[in-house]
Amino acid sequence: MDSLQKNGLITEELNVYYGTNHAVKDINLTFPKHTVSALIGPSGCGKSTYLRSLNRMNDLVEGTRVTGKIWFEGHDINDQGEDLQQLRRRIGMVWQKPNPFFKSVYENVAFAPRYHGMKNLDEIVESCLRKAALWDEVKDRLKDSALALSGGQQQRLCIARTLALGPSVLLLDEPTSALDPISTAKIEELMFDLKKDYTIIMVTHNMQQAARISDQTAFFLLGELIEVDQTKRLFTNPKQKKTEDYITGRFG
Amino acid sequence: MNPKTTDRIATFVLYTIAFLIVSVLFGLLAYILYHGFQRIDLQFITSPPETMKAGGGIGPQLFNSLYLLVLTLIITIPLGLGGGIYLAEYAPKNKVTDAIRLSIEVLSSLPSIVVGLFGLMVFVNVMGWGFSILSGACALTVFNLPLLVRVVEESLRSVPREQKEASLAMGISHWTTIRKVLLPVALPGIITGTILASGRIFGEAAALLFTAGMSSPDLNFSDWSFTTPVSPLNPFRPAETLAVHIWKVNSEGLIPDARAVADGASAILVLTVLFFNLFARWFGRWIYKRLTAS
Amino acid sequence: MRQRNWRTEGFGRGITLFCAAILILITLSIVYFIASKGLSTFFLNGVSLTEFLTGTTWNPDADPGKFGALPFIMGSFLVTVGAALLAAPLGIGAAIFMVEIQPGWGQKILQPVVELLVGIPSVVYGFVGLSVIVPFLRNNVGGLGFSLLAGILVLTVMILPTVTSLSTDAIRRVPRDLKEASLALGATRWQTIWKIIILRSSLPGLLMAIIMGMARAFGEALAVQMVIGNTPLVPKSLLEPANTLTSAITLNMGNTIAGSAYNNALWSMGLLLLLMTFVFILLIRYVGRKGQM
Repeated sequence: MDSLQKNGLITEELNVYYGTNHAVKDINLTFPKHTVSALIGPSGCGKSTYLRSLNRMNDLVEGTRVTGKIWFEGHDINDQGEDLQQLRRRIGMVWQKPNPFFKSVYENVAFAPRYHGMKNLDEIVESCLRKAALWDEVKDRLKDSALALSGGQQQRLCIARTLALGPSVLLLDEPTSALDPISTAKIEELMFDLKKDYTIIMVTHNMQQAARISDQTAFFLLGELIEVDQTKRLFTNPKQKKTEDYITGRFG
Repeated sequence: MNPKTTDRIATFVLYTIAFLIVSVLFGLLAYILYHGFQRIDLQFITSPPETMKAGGGIGPQLFNSLYLLVLTLIITIPLGLGGGIYLAEYAPKNKVTDAIRLSIEVLSSLPSIVVGLFGLMVFVNVMGWGFSILSGACALTVFNLPLLVRVVEESLRSVPREQKEASLAMGISHWTTIRKVLLPVALPGIITGTILASGRIFGEAAALLFTAGMSSPDLNFSDWSFTTPVSPLNPFRPAETLAVHIWKVNSEGLIPDARAVADGASAILVLTVLFFNLFARWFGRWIYKRLTAS
Repeated sequence: MRQRNWRTEGFGRGITLFCAAILILITLSIVYFIASKGLSTFFLNGVSLTEFLTGTTWNPDADPGKFGALPFIMGSFLVTVGAALLAAPLGIGAAIFMVEIQPGWGQKILQPVVELLVGIPSVVYGFVGLSVIVPFLRNNVGGLGFSLLAGILVLTVMILPTVTSLSTDAIRRVPRDLKEASLALGATRWQTIWKIIILRSSLPGLLMAIIMGMARAFGEALAVQMVIGNTPLVPKSLLEPANTLTSAITLNMGNTIAGSAYNNALWSMGLLLLLMTFVFILLIRYVGRKGQM
């Protein structure tokens, strides 16, 4: 149980099937608290599917079956009886394309906390926007539509929205791939700040990004976990031939 | 024949067809509006019709058409929202869903006179509502409901998937996600579709002949109770609509100016449909701008 | 799941399923009521089905009544087929024009007008037919003017917008690169339109447009009734008056006594219309399935 205390999230023998397609195979991974983990690999390698099963989003896709264990806060959350609404308050998610609600900036952040009966919405909105490094840019336009913000601002708003529920784990699915370099830099900087308080798991197809900000990196290929190691070690001294081929750009 | 010549002939024929259609369609519109405007004035729009002599108006008919439309929408909008939400968000792939889809197809392609017969039997006779606005509104519901269910379903389906995922990923229930996240995004499409469907209800006649009836009592426009027989709002009184009136003055009317009355009434019907069309387009664009711009 | 979630989820699903189920209820009760009334002509009043479908004498008030509804059935089919024959080439031609030949003003002018005309109430079409087509036929072609031809012309104008706008959708679905490949291989524009667009790619869609138009024509009541003359005889020429199932119902339902053989015979006509609706739906589904293959 000691490892459960130190670690944010652990998966044991995790498998995902889409109908007859075995998309993710026997993944054993440990995500320590207050670190950034990067999942890399060519497209279609199962890294996004794996990420989506960590907060049970794959339950929404018809014909999907997830087996194995996901240890989080002392119990297996891949259990039939798991309360998904409570689980998803503790594990937040940010998507590839910014997807703010068609609501005001304020409402985007306040919507979920209000639903869950949380108090002091104004404070929550301000502190989350500050944590997402967006407060100064939007404090005078909280009532404006979130769709009027720039792409980078929208993505930071989506992060702020996720923080509002007080999660301990953040799942990020290629969070910068739809953004320009300046916005990307801002988000990367933000992740650096956020790891003090959160366990961050990020899918990326950008190896420089993984190298820049993550503490550990896991390399996926065809649904299998090929190698996982501290980021520096994985990029400088990979143990597997396939990993080396991928990070040196021989395929991908 | 050589392909070049065929091509030239075909192009010529297509131009002729297009020209023919444009002239027929524009001619039709121009004809209706030109003749109609010779008859339309304030007196025509507000005064009641005559039974034997010339000079009658269409006031009560216009009111009946609008009232019937409002009543129909009050019945169909909640049901249409419910049905559309079910099909877009909940419906599993099974026999019940297939039956619902088949019903929609049947109801939306049913001849309106058949709907009228059904209304005559069920609402007028079995329910005992007689020839009344309520019977008419229920008959109109029969073919407006499938249209509306389709509109709601399609509008919900066109909401980006990520909106739904984002909401569910924050632990918000499916039902609240539908009401608070998906419906607001789908709303412009739903409203536009409803307005367009309203144009169809407004001009419907065949389904109303034997349900709302072909006569109207002498309405007293200062009596707004729901129960007195001469009150315009009483849902249990018979109500001849504008479209039914056009048909009646032409086929069994005794007034000498039937032609002119029908001219005026037709133009008003067409203008209303035109208004519904333009308003729906404009409104769709306006609300889209409101949602996306600051 | 917690109690609260289960309750709101169940509530949402339940109430929306209820709304959707109402559609099934309405459909079933329409079929039940129309069928029970329509069949009583044969079971209660003892009219033979053969006489109803093939007899040409319609005189329900005589003693014994004659219930040959063939003139109405023929009339309905004749106006529908006639209108489809006229509206199909015109509508598809206009659709090709709008998409392929002149997309500029075709889309800017023709399309909004066509869409507007789809929504024009059918009584208005009937009234214009009554005041323009009928006198025109009377003065220039001969006869009374009230005729099968007048019915066909009114229905043609009425379904033309439907056929045009559905055909436009069908042609628009043809992938751009297919057309460009054909043109690049040296085919003329017409060859491309004919071989690629019409014969290969959008034929099911175009057929569907025509069937939808026919379904609308077959079920139309008032517009036809106003111009067709309403005589219960099989017409010998296009210029003779005729009658249809819908106009017989429209004219006589209010003037016959409920429960009488005459009245029940009108319900039987309603049942025929209902059955034809199913036929049209089956046709549309069949053509639609062909289109997917």
